[in-house]
Amino acid sequence: MRRAHALVVMLLLLAAWASFAYLALDFGQLFSAEAGAQMVKYVVSFFPPDLSADYLAQTWRGTLETIAISAIGTLLAAVLGLLLALPASGRFGIVPRVIARLVLNFLRSIPELVWAALMVFAAGLGPFAGTLALAWHTTGVIGRLFAETLENAPPEPARALRFSGSRPALAFLYGTMPGVVPQLVAYSLYRWEINIRMAAILGFVGAGGLGQMLYMSLSLFQQPQAMTIILAMLALVALVDAASAWLRQHLVD
Amino acid sequence: MRSEAAIIPLRDPAALPRLGLTLLIVVLLWPGFTLAEFDLGVLFDPRNREIMGKFLGTFFPLELSADFLRLLLKSTLETLAIATAGMTIAMAVALPLSFMVTRSLSISRIGPGPGRWSGRAARVPPRFTLMFFRSIPEILWALLFVRAVGLGPAAGVLAIGITYGGMLGKVYSEIFESGDTRPAVALLETGSGRLAAFGYGMWPVALPEIVSYTVYRWECAVRASVIMGFVGAGGLGQQMELSMRMLSGGEVSTILLVFLLLVVLADTVSALLRKVTA
Repeated sequence: MRRAHALVVMLLLLAAWASFAYLALDFGQLFSAEAGAQMVKYVVSFFPPDLSADYLAQTWRGTLETIAISAIGTLLAAVLGLLLALPASGRFGIVPRVIARLVLNFLRSIPELVWAALMVFAAGLGPFAGTLALAWHTTGVIGRLFAETLENAPPEPARALRFSGSRPALAFLYGTMPGVVPQLVAYSLYRWEINIRMAAILGFVGAGGLGQMLYMSLSLFQQPQAMTIILAMLALVALVDAASAWLRQHLVD
Repeated sequence: MRSEAAIIPLRDPAALPRLGLTLLIVVLLWPGFTLAEFDLGVLFDPRNREIMGKFLGTFFPLELSADFLRLLLKSTLETLAIATAGMTIAMAVALPLSFMVTRSLSISRIGPGPGRWSGRAARVPPRFTLMFFRSIPEILWALLFVRAVGLGPAAGVLAIGITYGGMLGKVYSEIFESGDTRPAVALLETGSGRLAAFGYGMWPVALPEIVSYTVYRWECAVRASVIMGFVGAGGLGQQMELSMRMLSGGEVSTILLVFLLLVVLADTVSALLRKVTA
């Protein structure tokens, strides 16, 4: 075992060395006095942030847009995810199960940002592209979680309803759903939390929200404005963190 | 049985509250639909549909010309190199900082004496640095570094180094704290130095977990370095962005396929490494 460890360490060191060599990074130049001075100048140009009432109002709108993108994207994903989770949980036989799982895997394995870049073509620049992008990726994630929840749900209540003559759809709605809804809501809220963070970033490829504003202000060399948006992003994420921690503490127990 | 069935109401007794809750959620979310410019009609707008249709139509067949594949191999290697070099920097950032913030290694905490408060104060700046590094997402760091050091892999390496440095530093110090800290504390109490107590008392205990977490993060870094390419930080992502901009769907679908293969590969390598070192 000791020799295996040594071998792994050697391989890792080799990989690290090879990476730096392959990229031919000129760290001497990167950290030279000249580059350092330029970097400091760039950083200093971000201060002070633009806190004029006009720009703050614009940033507020961008923040609301970001929250809206994440909320609507997650809602769409929850609906689509549930629709796909039904076949994926094996309710309609093996073939629909395999197909639905394949679709979910495909949706999930393409990152949000790639979806956003694609959706900008389909829906044009703006928040709608971001909403769709989040919806696609999140459907993949949430659909799988939902399917697992449905599979693990106890079958007895629905079976009892079926045996006493209820139709399958009603047996599902009144026998299975009440038991799993809290779990589904919990998963959706958890993904929403992640999606708020993601929605702030998706704008880098033109999908609306704070990200798009940030990308534009950086491209126009308006660093003070960019700083305002970065602060807004950090505040938003901190707020979401605090809110979710509070909710978890007070609601879950 | 019959008499009981008569008592059970035919309507769903919970229907009204459920309807109310649904309505409330819809009303709360309604402004969101406007803010998000939700409009399914846009998708069926003839102009958009034509562009998207043409673009999607070119997704197949895959672009498999030798030239393009060579280019793809180069950017794939670049992505892997960015992730690996970035992780090296991240570890170089994380190890000293986590060493500084680990409370169990504090000599001044051992007993009454001067320096208890100054020791505690000294742990604040590195802790704050770690928090600052990881609270800005890597793609934002990448965007900023692209403006500062120019397009290319250097921005990606620095972005991963900083963000993951912040994450690793925090988790490393948590691993040090959550493991058995008694050997290190015993060493400190018998008069050994901080570094020696760390090296002989803490590091051996924590090593397996440190390795497994770092390898897991490397896997994430591979994915992140693809994404960061979209803002110009080199690698596979930058190539995908270029191909998208030129609307060459065949290239995009080939790159997507390579990306998926790369993720699976990173997953496998990481699982293997963790198994070997566990």
